[in-house]
Amino acid sequence: MEKTVNQKAWFLVLPVLLLVAFSAVIPLMTVVNYSVQDTFGNNQFFWAGLEWFSEMLDSDRMWDALGRQLMFSCIILAIEVPLGIFVALNMPKSGVWSSLCLVLMSLPLLIPWNVVGTIWQIFGRVDIGLLGYTLDALGIDYNYTQDTLAAWITIVVMDVWHWTSLVALLAFAGLKSIPDAYYQAAKIDQASRWKVFRYIELPKMTGVLMIAILLRFMDSFMIYTEPFVVTGGGPGNATTLLSIDLVKMALGQFDLGPAAAFSLMYFLVILLISWVFYTVMTTLDKREG
Amino acid sequence: MAKITLDNLAHSYLPNPASEDDYALKELNHDWDDGAAYALLGSSGCGKSTLLNIISGLLHPSQGRILFDGQDVTHAPTAERNIAQVFQFPVVYDTMTVRDNLAFPLRNRGRDEAYVAERVQEIARMIGMEDMLSRKARGLTADSKQKISLGRGMVRKDVNALLFDEPLTVIDPHMKWELRTQLKKLHHDFGHTMIYVTHDQTEALTFADKVVVMYDGRVVQIGTPEELFERPEHTFVGYFIGSPGMNVFPARVEGDTAYIDGSEVKLAGGYAAIDGKVEIGVRPEFARLSQTDGLPVRVHRVEDIGRHKIIRAEVLGHDINILADEDEHVSADMNRVTFDASHVNVYANDWRVAPTGEAA
Repeated sequence: MEKTVNQKAWFLVLPVLLLVAFSAVIPLMTVVNYSVQDTFGNNQFFWAGLEWFSEMLDSDRMWDALGRQLMFSCIILAIEVPLGIFVALNMPKSGVWSSLCLVLMSLPLLIPWNVVGTIWQIFGRVDIGLLGYTLDALGIDYNYTQDTLAAWITIVVMDVWHWTSLVALLAFAGLKSIPDAYYQAAKIDQASRWKVFRYIELPKMTGVLMIAILLRFMDSFMIYTEPFVVTGGGPGNATTLLSIDLVKMALGQFDLGPAAAFSLMYFLVILLISWVFYTVMTTLDKREG
Repeated sequence: MAKITLDNLAHSYLPNPASEDDYALKELNHDWDDGAAYALLGSSGCGKSTLLNIISGLLHPSQGRILFDGQDVTHAPTAERNIAQVFQFPVVYDTMTVRDNLAFPLRNRGRDEAYVAERVQEIARMIGMEDMLSRKARGLTADSKQKISLGRGMVRKDVNALLFDEPLTVIDPHMKWELRTQLKKLHHDFGHTMIYVTHDQTEALTFADKVVVMYDGRVVQIGTPEELFERPEHTFVGYFIGSPGMNVFPARVEGDTAYIDGSEVKLAGGYAAIDGKVEIGVRPEFARLSQTDGLPVRVHRVEDIGRHKIIRAEVLGHDINILADEDEHVSADMNRVTFDASHVNVYANDWRVAPTGEAA
């Protein structure tokens, strides 16, 4: 068949081009623009080359923030994934209680991030917060505004409270898709509870768990609002995660150049990790097929 | 191997069954002979899977007992019964190799590795999968997976019975035939007691020594394929087995004659007076078109299905199917139908009535 040539077809992709240009390309290029220039205000810019990038790569500040960020993401994954699976395994499989569980579990997911932050900020306060006051009354030294460990525990517990449901719901969906025959066969084969989990439930959940891990990793890697509302990055820089540091640099100190270089590298790291996850997931899928 | 006895067995999914209708499986007494191959045949929802799950211990019956070689196992858990079950959808442990799949039930029972390896090799040979032992079970075809399920059942030497719950549903047609043949051979060679649930009559009739036909929670007939064909004990058996099923007409029976709307049909034997809803049943194989004798018939259409012709017709206002041989001549002036008297069965309230003199 002969192809019809009609250059007017380009107009059909124009709306998408415009949308992508204004929503992604132009803002991103602005950042690129800032990252290679220096300014002393008055909208006067000077070419700086890759200076900001090398400065950021040499600064302890970014590496420290990256270290804290990785630690935070790893800790919450290490807690939320096993806990989510455990919750999913113990949820009623059907009936009213199952529905009730699902609704209750979805609730934290529906709360806006800054509200979650505020809830925990107040909850943990030693003077008026239920948790802080109780711990204090019990004689436990807990003060998230002064103690690094307390601050970390607070933001980790907050994230676990907010997001474990997501892992649990995804894992539950994976569990629900396992036909009864598998459990019956396992009974006939005299498989122990652990073996049922290891050889039936876990393999069937692999797909959804990969999605859960990817979502939770990316989300926690970009987290800003919740810890910012609770600790503001403190005490000191103890809970200053990457995005908090970035905002401090860009808006607090108005260091646009370094901040732009920082955010480009931040973006590349996220892109890289997403790509790794995607590749691993698709190869897993292929192996299953 | 064991003889399985069902004693007064019944099951209801309701906590407090009131009437007989509440029972998914109605009261049943039956012995499954050691080493025989049975098929449980019936349409969906007739209770055949319920019965199978009671035997395997996945379900506890609401009443009655189940005995393996005279020993009461009604409340014994599945694992203690030493039965094996192959399910409708192949159950394999995806992440394990074929070898580990086959070894799984033995390892769970703590048998030593040397014995396990030897048994696995033996079973792999039986199911023809020796060259696949090191492969991952994931990604195998449905029929290979079903063979693994079967092998996992047979790997235990002390297995009391092999249960099959519509195992060929998801198998390609050409593999169905092969698996069925293999199953029959395994039964022949090793003599396991086998109970095979299906709604496919061909499967049941080719596989089993004895077919148990179930209808509405009740066992309506247990017999050899031949018995089911010649003398269906219940109109359901007549209708369900055979293709097309038995023709059933409301009738009045007096002595050795039946009357369909006043027209005479000869019977092979004499009958005492019968109460209730009286019907006569004739299989399409035993009805014949004729130019001169029999009841008036109006032919609607003739379907040629290769070896036979199915004649769809109407006799005295009732639908009838007649089977004619491929080379049998069917012409437009054949407007009568005759029945082979020795194959006309009489039914009262759907159950077969024996003619006087026939041994019950």
